[in-house]
Amino acid sequence: MTVRVTTERFDPGAELNTFLSATDNAGAAATFTGVVRSNPQDPITALTLECYPELALNQLNDLLAQATNRFDLLAATIIHRYGTLHPGEPIVQVMTLSPHRQAAFEAAEFLMDFLKTDAPFWKQETTPQGTHWVEAKSADDEAKARWE
Amino acid sequence: MKILYFAWLRERLNRGEEEVSPPAEVSTVAELIDWLAGRDEAFALATEKRSLIKAAVDAKLVGHDASIHGASTVALFPPMTGG
Repeated sequence: MTVRVTTERFDPGAELNTFLSATDNAGAAATFTGVVRSNPQDPITALTLECYPELALNQLNDLLAQATNRFDLLAATIIHRYGTLHPGEPIVQVMTLSPHRQAAFEAAEFLMDFLKTDAPFWKQETTPQGTHWVEAKSADDEAKARWE
Repeated sequence: MKILYFAWLRERLNRGEEEVSPPAEVSTVAELIDWLAGRDEAFALATEKRSLIKAAVDAKLVGHDASIHGASTVALFPPMTGG
């Protein structure tokens, strides 16, 4: 179980290959990669993520422990970037490894649903008009609540 | 005790951290927010909607009813928007 909180850009494919080489007794791996989005109608030029790294490591490690208790997981990794990112760059990657696909898919969704509301990152968008903080969405709270 | 601020709360207060010495009767996060609001109008305005203020005591996420007794760092911040 690995957590990495970093300002460095990461390579999603290389991370997955390293993760897959960890064990050969898994039948299923699921990967979610969150990417900086810029809509053509409402473009952004940059996304800056602020972070409280000490709390982020505590929260994400706690989340991995919960996922391990709940699902049949052989391994799981969370990578989350902070600092200034640009459209198309990966922000977050969650990878899960399990004997079977259902646990791999569900654990990845569980991790992302909790990460959205419980990990101390704050997004600020830079647009041609200026910068603004992204507001928390009630849909994210609802996505988390369905696991309770 | 060190107080950390993040995101728009940090911007509205114009500081990322400060050292404070609340009196002994300030024993929970909620009481600390009230006490900080009582000494600083900008803080009072920025934290007017208490439901928008989240807290961590010594890098553990907590509710406003959590104790701050013996804490060395309290962080206050808006709802998180990672992922």
